[in-house]
Amino acid sequence: MSSVLVFLEKKNDEISRISWETYAAGNELGKALGLPVDFAYIANPTGGSLPVIFGEDPQEIHVIDHPVLNVYTADGYTAAFCQLIEKVKPAFVLFPHTYQVRDFAPRLATRFGQVLISDVTGFISCGTQPRFIRQLLQGKLNAEYTHSNSGTCFVSIQSGAFRMLGPRQGSTAMGEKFTPKLEASEIRVQPGEPFRASAQTVDLNSAAILVSVGRGIKEQANLPIVEELAKVLGAELAASRPICDNGWLPMDRQVGSSGQTVAPKVYLAIGISGAIQHLVGMKGSQCIVAINKDENAPIFEVADYGIVGDLFEVVPALTAAVRKVKA
Amino acid sequence: MKIIVAIKQVPERDARIRIDAQGKWIDLQDVEFTMNESDAYALEEALQLKEAHGGEVIVLSAGPERVGRTIREALAKGADRAIHIESADETALSDFDALGIARLLAAAVKDEQADLILTGLQSDDLGLGQTGVIMAELLGLPHATLILKIEKTDTGIKVLRELEDGWFQHLALPTPAVLTIQSGNSKLRYATLMGIKKAKTKEVRIVSVADLQASNPDLAPRPVVVLEKIILPHKQRTTQILGGTPGEAAAALVEKLQFEVRAI
Repeated sequence: MSSVLVFLEKKNDEISRISWETYAAGNELGKALGLPVDFAYIANPTGGSLPVIFGEDPQEIHVIDHPVLNVYTADGYTAAFCQLIEKVKPAFVLFPHTYQVRDFAPRLATRFGQVLISDVTGFISCGTQPRFIRQLLQGKLNAEYTHSNSGTCFVSIQSGAFRMLGPRQGSTAMGEKFTPKLEASEIRVQPGEPFRASAQTVDLNSAAILVSVGRGIKEQANLPIVEELAKVLGAELAASRPICDNGWLPMDRQVGSSGQTVAPKVYLAIGISGAIQHLVGMKGSQCIVAINKDENAPIFEVADYGIVGDLFEVVPALTAAVRKVKA
Repeated sequence: MKIIVAIKQVPERDARIRIDAQGKWIDLQDVEFTMNESDAYALEEALQLKEAHGGEVIVLSAGPERVGRTIREALAKGADRAIHIESADETALSDFDALGIARLLAAAVKDEQADLILTGLQSDDLGLGQTGVIMAELLGLPHATLILKIEKTDTGIKVLRELEDGWFQHLALPTPAVLTIQSGNSKLRYATLMGIKKAKTKEVRIVSVADLQASNPDLAPRPVVVLEKIILPHKQRTTQILGGTPGEAAAALVEKLQFEVRAI
């Protein structure tokens, strides 16, 4: 039967927030197209049922259960999901756009002769053929994609693109166990235990104001001008990925999909263009200020206040202005 | 080790964005092109592996004639030879979806019997982040994504994979395998004058899309996913632009932060 099937991913044995956001997207898509919505997830090795569903009760819950899936591998997940999709034959399959999904979902879609429409931020319903919206050129443009309507359409949903729905207490939906046919010998990649590179020493989330610096700072020798601003504001210093990759600031100050996700009262983005990977880590901030020389930089899409100009002139002026009011 | 590196030529990061007349792509007039960032890191990893263990690095790229410049740049940095899947014109490849492009790339390299195929984790223009993984499936090879480091082992390779929120993981893979490389782990080399000179004599095999299709009708474009149109994004928030001299803009911002946001 034609349906929308949403895959929920777990983090520390709990269904992650982005998964419930994806489920909200699934609920919306199902309503627009008049299709029932199912969801599926990988069973915990220790068992246990799903306590709370965030969103409408699904038509069906598929609990994929197999010892080979206790540890994530692209081979294992691809084979298991492939078998479930062949059984359920959904019209749409939705994934949260996580690192894990990016790892196996393109492979899974290829197995069906399909292409994953990845990192989707929304959709427009046009009859039975929705247009999926995703960003191009580091967020400078939006593109509308359609699916040929032949076979299952695979979509992954960007973090924060849909609002997670409220919890439904006391749901009786328990789910149906699905045991794929899998052999340990099918798994070609041997994964090691996840680890952290270094103990996190800076908790960017405890700061009310973050002064965050990006590529626009040009070189390490220029960092003191933003450090000075952070100091007078009583702010913590943060950075976008290239700054930490260059070793100019330690990794634990990195904001974005590969660093920390922050939501301070004020986020000052200095010389940060605002690539998607950075925006997902800070767009929940209460007030976003962008200082950038490029008026078309995507950071201005999410900024409340913007100054278009040379940061080497604006930042010292700002430091002086803050000093003046604090004096 | 025989290593294939798939690279893409993309518009420069600060290229001016104007939507073209068809509304399906940007106007490429006056746009400067460059090697896709994560592909440049994939090339760097390949060159370092070759320096440590010997072997050959083969660059693979699809696109119109202009892509030849980016290929020469890769050869100047130290790649040994290249395969250029040349499209007839600027728009010919837009008839393909990600699967169609990956089919072309896979067809062009399947006889090479490489030990590793590397590519960047995603392109800076379309950003689909799938080409490498799709190639792995088409070629029946294992894969790993978001890779920062590659070490050769007795049985294959050991790689360092980036996970979310500052976590990492090692993976062991047999070869041949496909890896997609994350940006930023090593310092990119520049081409030396000697390298640039040598690159001129290195082999670039040009395979036209038409020739590939003639030998395999399966490679004709039959997209399952179509880019219908591109539009400028809606602003998610209303941005108040504070103008004037740097001093005036700074003073205006401090006033906002003090009296409206109440953060100072």
